[in-house]
Amino acid sequence: MNKTWNNKAWFMVLPVLVLVAFSAVIPLMTVVNYSVQDTFGNNQFFWAGTDWFVQMLSSDRFWNALARNLVFSGIILAIEVPLGIFIALNMPKTGPGVPVCLVLMALPLLIPWNVVGTIWQVFGRVDIGLLGYVLNSLGIDYNYTQDPVDAWATVIVMDVWHWTSLVVLLCYAGLVSIPDAYYQAAKIDGASRWSVFRYIQLPKMKRVLLIAVLLRFMDSFMIYTEPFVVTGGGPGNSTTFLSIDLVKMAVGQFDLGPAAAMSIIYFLIILLLSWVFYTVMTQSDAEEK
Amino acid sequence: MARISLDHIRHAYNAKAKAAGDYALKKVHYEWDDGGAYALLGPSGCGKTTLLNIISGLLHPSDGRILFDGKDVTTLSTEARNIAQVFQFPVVYDTMSVFDNLAFPLRNRQVPEAEVKKRVEHILEMTDLASMAGRRAQGLTADQKQKISLGRGLVRSDVNAILFDEPLTVIDPHMKWQLRSQLKRLHRSSRFTMVYVTHDQTEALTFADKVVVMHDGEIVQIGTPAELFERPSHTFVGYFIGSPGMNVMPVSVTGTTARIGDQTIALSGAPKLSSGAKVELGIRPEFVRLSREGMAIDIAKVEDIGRLKIVRARFCGQPLSIVLSEDDEIPADPRVTFDPGAIGIFADSWRVGMEG
Repeated sequence: MNKTWNNKAWFMVLPVLVLVAFSAVIPLMTVVNYSVQDTFGNNQFFWAGTDWFVQMLSSDRFWNALARNLVFSGIILAIEVPLGIFIALNMPKTGPGVPVCLVLMALPLLIPWNVVGTIWQVFGRVDIGLLGYVLNSLGIDYNYTQDPVDAWATVIVMDVWHWTSLVVLLCYAGLVSIPDAYYQAAKIDGASRWSVFRYIQLPKMKRVLLIAVLLRFMDSFMIYTEPFVVTGGGPGNSTTFLSIDLVKMAVGQFDLGPAAAMSIIYFLIILLLSWVFYTVMTQSDAEEK
Repeated sequence: MARISLDHIRHAYNAKAKAAGDYALKKVHYEWDDGGAYALLGPSGCGKTTLLNIISGLLHPSDGRILFDGKDVTTLSTEARNIAQVFQFPVVYDTMSVFDNLAFPLRNRQVPEAEVKKRVEHILEMTDLASMAGRRAQGLTADQKQKISLGRGLVRSDVNAILFDEPLTVIDPHMKWQLRSQLKRLHRSSRFTMVYVTHDQTEALTFADKVVVMHDGEIVQIGTPAELFERPSHTFVGYFIGSPGMNVMPVSVTGTTARIGDQTIALSGAPKLSSGAKVELGIRPEFVRLSREGMAIDIAKVEDIGRLKIVRARFCGQPLSIVLSEDDEIPADPRVTFDPGAIGIFADSWRVGMEG
C-alpha cells in the first residue's frame, strides 16, 4: 500500500493544538519560566535556578499551609463520607418522597461557591448573622473573625453543608441498584440491620464510595473560594490553605518567583494524589473481573 | 417442621383492589402436610412467587390467615417464622468466603461454632463446593453462586419449611439433574416440608409428591403427578401437563354420547352438566388409538421425537395430536377411536363428574 504524504492534514489538528497550547501548555510554561527567575521590575529577569524551590520547601509558611490543607481534607472526609452514607441509607427508595429528597439534596450543589461563602459569612456574623447572634445570645462565645477554632468550625460546617449532598447522591445511586432479592435473602438468613449494611450495602456501594472519596478529597484539597470569602485566611493564618497562600503571594505580595515555584509543587502534589486514587480505583475494578 | 395451613388467603399488590381481576392471588385455601414435598407449577405471572412470599412472610396477604401447626403466624416476620427460602437468582455476600456465606444463617442465630462447622461441611460436600470453601464468593460463576444460595437455604437444621423459588433456572442442565436428586434425597432424610416453585413440569413432577398447579392466581388442581396426567380437573392442567398437551374440542353432549360435527363419541357415563355451560371434551394424545376403524381424520404431519412419534391431525375441523410409539404403522386411511375411560368432559373449563 502506498502512503500518501500530505502535510496539509496537520491543519486539521491545528485548532486543538492551539487551544491546548493557550489553555494549558503556555500558562504552565510561563509558571515554570517565572519559577526559575528573579526580577526587580523593569521587565529585567535574572536566572535563579532552583533557589525558589529550595526556599519554598524550607519555609515554615509552605509546610504549615500544607499541613492545614491535609488536616482540613481529613476532617472533611471523616465527616462527609459517614454522614453521606447515613443520609443515603435513610432516604426513601420509593414513593413521592424520592423526588422531594433528591431536589433537597441537590440544592446546595446548585449554589455558586462564592455565594455559599457569602451566605455563611453573613450567617455567622456576631452582629447581624442568625447563627452568630443566636450562639452568642445563648452564652457561647463564638466569633469566627477572632477565634481560630471558630473560624475552622465555620469553614468545616460550611463545606459539610455544601458538599455532603454529593456523597449522599452517589451513595444513593449505589443503594437503589441493589436488587430486592438481597434484602429478602438477608431477612430469611436472619441478618441484623448492621449485617445487612456490612455485607450487602457497603460492598455494593464500594465503587461509588471510591469516586465520592476521590472527588471530596481533591475538592477539599484545592478549596479556595469559600474560606477566602468567609475568613480571608484568618484570623492570623489559621485558615490560610495552600491555594489562599498562593494567591496572597502571587497577587498580594507580587512575589512571582516563589509563587510560581509553589504552584508547581502544589500541582505535583495533586497530580501524585490523583494518580494514587486512579491506581487504587482501577485495581479494585480489576479484582472484580 | 410444620403443617402449614393457608386460610382463605388473598393478595393484591394494589391496596385499592376491588374486582377479582385486581388480585394477583385469588382465594387460596389449603393445607400443606408436615414433611411433604410440594411443587407449585404454573406459567410466569400466575401467582406462584406471590404465594411463596406469603408463606415465608416477605409479603403479608391482603386477606386471610396463615397457620403453622395451628398457630397463627400471619403477622409474624420472616425471621420469627423460621423459614428458609432460595431465590431464582443467586444472592451471595460478595465479601465473604464460600464457607462464611453458608455459615451466615447459622451464625446469625448463635449456633455454636462446632455445630456450624459440621453443618457447613455437610452442605459443602453436598453441593460439590468443598474445594473452594475458603475462596471469596465474588469471583464465582453464576451456577456456583446459586449453589451457595441453595446451600444457605439447606444449612439450617431446625426450619419449619424450605421454599424454593425456581432455584435451578441459572444452573447448567447436567447439574440440574444432580442437584434435584440431591434435594429429593435430602427431603427423604430430613422430612422438611418443602415447597418448590417452577414453571418446568419435568422439574415439578420429579421433585414433588404432590403438585399444585396454579393458573391466573388460583390453584386449579392439587394431586400426584399421575392424577394430574390421568384426571386433569381443568383444561389448563390438561394443556400444561404433558407434552403434547391434552386435546380439547368443543362438543355437545346428550346422555352418554358426545357429538362433534357428524361424529358421535361414546362416554363412560352421563356427565352432570348444567345448561348454558361451554362443554368441551378432553382426551390425552396417549389415549387416542390410530387404526383402520373409527372416525376419519386428516393427518397434517408426523413429528419424530426419538422413541415416540407425534401425529398432528385434523378431526372434524379441530386439531388433534396423537402419540404413537416409533414402530407403530400409520395406515393409509387413518381413523381414530377414543378410549372412553380416558375421556374427560369439561364445563366452562372445569372437569365434571359422570353418573353411572
